[in-house]
Amino acid sequence: MTEREKILGRIREALTVPAPRPGTHGGHEPAATLVGRPVHSAKPWLPDGGETPEAQIAYFRAASLDLKTDFRDAPDEGTAMAILKEIAQAEGWKKIATHRSELTDKAAAALGLPILHVEGGYDKNEMEACDVGITECDVLVAQTGSLIVTSRSSGGRALSVLPPHHVVIARREQLVRDLTAAFALIQQKYEGNYPSMISLVTGPSRTGDIERILVLGAHGPKKLTVILW
Amino acid sequence: MSSESQEFLQQAEVITKDLRHRGLIQTALRKYEVARDKRKSAFGDWQSSRQAAAETKWEAINHLDKYLTEFADKLEARGTKVHWCSTPDQARDIIVKIIADKKARCVIKSKAMTAEEIHLNAAMEKAGFEVVESDLGEYIVQLRKEPPYHIVFPAMHLTRDDISDLFQKELGSAPTREPEELTMIARRALRKKYIQADVGITGANFAIAETGMISLTENEGNARLTAALPKTMITLLGIEKILPKMEDLALFLPMLATAGAGQTVTGYNTLYGGPKQPGEVDGPEEWHVVLLDNQRSILLADPEQRDSLHCIRCGACLNVCPIFRNVGGHTYGTTYSGPIGSVITPHLRGLQSWKHLSSSSSLCGACTETCPVKIDLHHHLLQNRRNASQEEPNAMEQTAYKAFGFVANRPGMWQVGKELARMFQPLHKFVLGTKLDPARAWTATRDVQPVAKESFKEWWQKHKAEKQAK
Repeated sequence: MTEREKILGRIREALTVPAPRPGTHGGHEPAATLVGRPVHSAKPWLPDGGETPEAQIAYFRAASLDLKTDFRDAPDEGTAMAILKEIAQAEGWKKIATHRSELTDKAAAALGLPILHVEGGYDKNEMEACDVGITECDVLVAQTGSLIVTSRSSGGRALSVLPPHHVVIARREQLVRDLTAAFALIQQKYEGNYPSMISLVTGPSRTGDIERILVLGAHGPKKLTVILW
Repeated sequence: MSSESQEFLQQAEVITKDLRHRGLIQTALRKYEVARDKRKSAFGDWQSSRQAAAETKWEAINHLDKYLTEFADKLEARGTKVHWCSTPDQARDIIVKIIADKKARCVIKSKAMTAEEIHLNAAMEKAGFEVVESDLGEYIVQLRKEPPYHIVFPAMHLTRDDISDLFQKELGSAPTREPEELTMIARRALRKKYIQADVGITGANFAIAETGMISLTENEGNARLTAALPKTMITLLGIEKILPKMEDLALFLPMLATAGAGQTVTGYNTLYGGPKQPGEVDGPEEWHVVLLDNQRSILLADPEQRDSLHCIRCGACLNVCPIFRNVGGHTYGTTYSGPIGSVITPHLRGLQSWKHLSSSSSLCGACTETCPVKIDLHHHLLQNRRNASQEEPNAMEQTAYKAFGFVANRPGMWQVGKELARMFQPLHKFVLGTKLDPARAWTATRDVQPVAKESFKEWWQKHKAEKQAK
């Protein structure tokens, strides 16, 4: 018998005796179950993310402020690229790391700086020496101020964590209300052939391990910028 | 009394008098409480969220065979090697063998309590590999050669000065009082390790059956780097980590972050579903997932306490526990401390040796009230006490209660006892709290009330007689 069969055998044996449902106490049966009801509108108990696109932008902005994410909501593409160039100048970027996609190609063209493209492999030390990693994302979440990057859509696993600054270029339509909607979108998009990594990123890298004092840039990027139009 | 129990009592006595320790823990936990309450208030209804989380975990744990099979099969279908381990020995051997086969020199590791549970680092070091913890708190306690103090905040018991001294000694850095500078010292030291390491080891917070993925919760990005750069990745997790569906994360990620650290969600919550896939630019070529039982199936067989497998290791019960706050994390002498540790350790490591943890509780119920998945913690402490005394009755205790019952049921004897107590109590003060004191266990740290000069019964009889005389 393999260990798999042994473990599963012990589990099946253990489960022959039923356990009381959560909330069962002294003979009381719990109230009607909450799980399995239709998504979002039936789950008003979680934190909200706003109903209209305007409200969702407001939620995302408030969360970004709290998380110390630099959130730039540009009126059009031209302004978005101007904002990017401004940041590049202020920080004195010399080399950028990015991946090939519609929005990142636009950003790279606007910046006109030396580029490390991840496609076809890259040198870890070279990527670490870049000033910024510029990526797309799959979805932005108003409820939490998060965004989702994947190993397929955002240049692999390291590009969004190895350089000291992570810049995300996105379109406003990518913003959804909450995590429920975001995971539904990911499942719809990749069902049957998921990327090997799907990461929900919420603010720049952070730690509170020393006296519970917040420090940004523990291991991942010290800065996270989201530019949207 | 077991040696574990004696050690617990000795350490508890020392640390409860340590005012510096108390101050540190109180400051850290006060900050946690403020943040947690702020996040909780953003929930539409925290109690319904807890109920939904409890029901979801109930479903997963009570159909564990089905979901584990689904999880493992889906992972294997995408090129991940799944290893099933009944014991810590098996898990350690498999992991050490993978590292040896890769001829690895340096191993980078992100935080995993399951690895602490099986003492994985010691096994890897014994086999001659360099192992570096990458979570800042874990890195600090690793440099101090200590186990983590708390399952979420490993270095909660240290000040910035302690950490600065440690870094000066171990890393040769300049002294500083800035948490930011200290963090950057660790960042620089560890960046080199991520790039050098041949193998990366992670834990997992959730295992998604529906899609065959693990979910890793962190703030620092160290787990992201650990899972991105080394050529081989190993993930160690307990079999109870299962969640049925990906959408369950929409509930569990905010619950874990709010209860655990007072955040809406943590910095990085990452799903991994396989090694580097065709067309992807980076990631490990090989991924090994090690599933550990280690007595969990035994705990599963106890329907009364099965819900303790719902635990998502947020640490909320530790943070509110008056015992934890006084004795601290190291005193427990276990991988999992606080109320959840007191409940599960007797199942994992033996009831008779660890029953004292279930007695070290005021039964205030703060743990049960705060638990995001509604584990009935304080009742489980009582059940452990009951099970321990049923299994091995304490003859002294039973005799004492029988003698008390005998005397209390006979008014004449009770009267004599009372008189004797009144007569001899004045002499008690000569031995109070010393080794000669028969009631030392009580009097060493508590006051003794004098036996009343007049009992209620005596007063009542006198009072009644006076009233009738009028």
